[in-house]
Amino acid sequence: MRCALLIDFGSTFTKMTAVDLMSEKIVGTASAFTTADSDIGIGFDVALDRLRQMTGDITFEFKSACSSAAGGLRMMVSGLVPELTAEAARLAALGAGARITRLFTHALTRRDLQDIESDPPDIFLMTGGTDGGNTTCMEGNAEKLRTLSVRFPIILAGNRQAIDVCEDALEDFPITVCPNVMPTFGVLNIEPVQREIRELFLKHIVNARGLSQTRELLSDIVMPTPSAILSAMKLLADGTKTEPGIGELMGIDVGGATTDVYSIARGEPVDIKVICKGLDEPYAKRTVEGDIGVRYSTVGIVSEVGQPWISDCSGLTLEDCVSLMSELADDKSKVPLACDDAMTRLDHALASGAVDIATRRHAGTLEEAFTTSGLVYVQTGKDLCSVRQIILTGGSLIHARAPLDIAQHALYTARYPMSLRPKQASVFRDDCYILSAMGVLAEREKDIALRIIKRELVKLGEIFSDDDL
Amino acid sequence: MEQRNDKKLVIGVIGADVHAVGIRILEYAFKEAGFDVTNLGVMVSQEEFIGAALETAADAIVISSLYGHGELDCRGMRDKMDEAGLDGLLLYVGGNIVVGKQDFVDVEKRFHDMGFDRVFPPGTPPEETIYYLKKDLEVE
Repeated sequence: MRCALLIDFGSTFTKMTAVDLMSEKIVGTASAFTTADSDIGIGFDVALDRLRQMTGDITFEFKSACSSAAGGLRMMVSGLVPELTAEAARLAALGAGARITRLFTHALTRRDLQDIESDPPDIFLMTGGTDGGNTTCMEGNAEKLRTLSVRFPIILAGNRQAIDVCEDALEDFPITVCPNVMPTFGVLNIEPVQREIRELFLKHIVNARGLSQTRELLSDIVMPTPSAILSAMKLLADGTKTEPGIGELMGIDVGGATTDVYSIARGEPVDIKVICKGLDEPYAKRTVEGDIGVRYSTVGIVSEVGQPWISDCSGLTLEDCVSLMSELADDKSKVPLACDDAMTRLDHALASGAVDIATRRHAGTLEEAFTTSGLVYVQTGKDLCSVRQIILTGGSLIHARAPLDIAQHALYTARYPMSLRPKQASVFRDDCYILSAMGVLAEREKDIALRIIKRELVKLGEIFSDDDL
Repeated sequence: MEQRNDKKLVIGVIGADVHAVGIRILEYAFKEAGFDVTNLGVMVSQEEFIGAALETAADAIVISSLYGHGELDCRGMRDKMDEAGLDGLLLYVGGNIVVGKQDFVDVEKRFHDMGFDRVFPPGTPPEETIYYLKKDLEVE
């Protein structure tokens, strides 16, 4: 037996997965509360003890971890125009697994600076201007950041003509310079920045968060958890040289506070009469909805779909919904018991709403335009209509009683005909929470990680758009 | 190709207009004349012109329209540019910019009143626009 230990330091739970690399099987999983406030090693030891009770005393060839403990990787990003460089910066940070605490556009204000000072980020990503374009945004912001009393790593990834001035202004910050996130108009170039974010995460963040205190682990924390999940999704879609992937897919992770959506798909228009607008979209795209979650962010769901929709979807009366929601607001840790039918139904509706909203925000849109040459369509964002696979992960979906009904809300519907979501799909579920672990394992053993994902994901069935197309 | 100058142009076809060929010809002609050109293609909104001009720090916006609805599409463009901090930026328009056959003197005046610096009638050769661009942007 050659064993590997994969750890996910989550915000609530430290999850462990032990894999036998010879038989390519999961030999055990265990979890314990994350103890980020004191010494994260305590929770780690508890989880490891529990794991060893299952597996016996095995030795590990290597131990690798991902982490979203202690708030995850907290980033602030700045750009010039909201739909252009600021959007490119946002996509870069989210794809690297970060949590964006603030997004600034145009010039920073005094209030912005106060906010940065009172709650400084782990990394600040500064962009603005195409190469050879606007320099005043980056240069002005750099001069302003220099006045702060706090210091944090800054990545400069905007107009290359602005870099010299920024570097001079920010000389006592840890600075890294990357190629522009939007070198020419509309062109997205975020991979170099994402590699840099990861480097910085390893160098600065892991130490700062006490994660390296974990004695047996030291610095083998390879990436933020969302980045591990994205990497597992990409591996599953694309495959390796020797092991085929399953093709384009969409992933959904409904959490208590946020809902993440992943798409590994080109999303190009299928019809010649479609004109694409806006910034390029990344092939492996992650979006995070900070206002959509089934415990801490229920208000966001209800305010968008409406209370009657929740009542309708759950089959509860409006009054029951309201009273249950207020119970939830009082006790966020509430988990529906097997016998608690009403709460289970409410959870079903909240998860359905979360999936609906988050996938609509992730997917591209199509608008009709009548021109002198007839009807044309204008596409913004990715066309995911032909994506045929949906992967569900995250506690709320893994424990859901009717996951296929929830996943149905990720599909194309006549209610939102312009939202380019999949028209039918096979649904798979990450029942054993292995995606993040496999994303970490893939750093060393891509083929093994892929084969384990393919085996461990449970196929739940097929869903079809309820509309005649 | 002429020697490159450091002047940046943002060009495109405004509104619901899908005339894709002419704007490519203009892009080619402007580039040959030494300009740095960002071509936004067809069906470009006012906001897209403005966003592109901000990010690229453009020296001029050149709007093309061929389908007759240019007047409607261009209305409020200058005001939006002022709001976005692009006040004073050179703004051109040209093509079949109004409905039907109208006296171009009237058309030109209407577009001048809307804040356009220069207005070109149908059939203007690219050389003429290039001549004025160089003049207005003080390119040798």
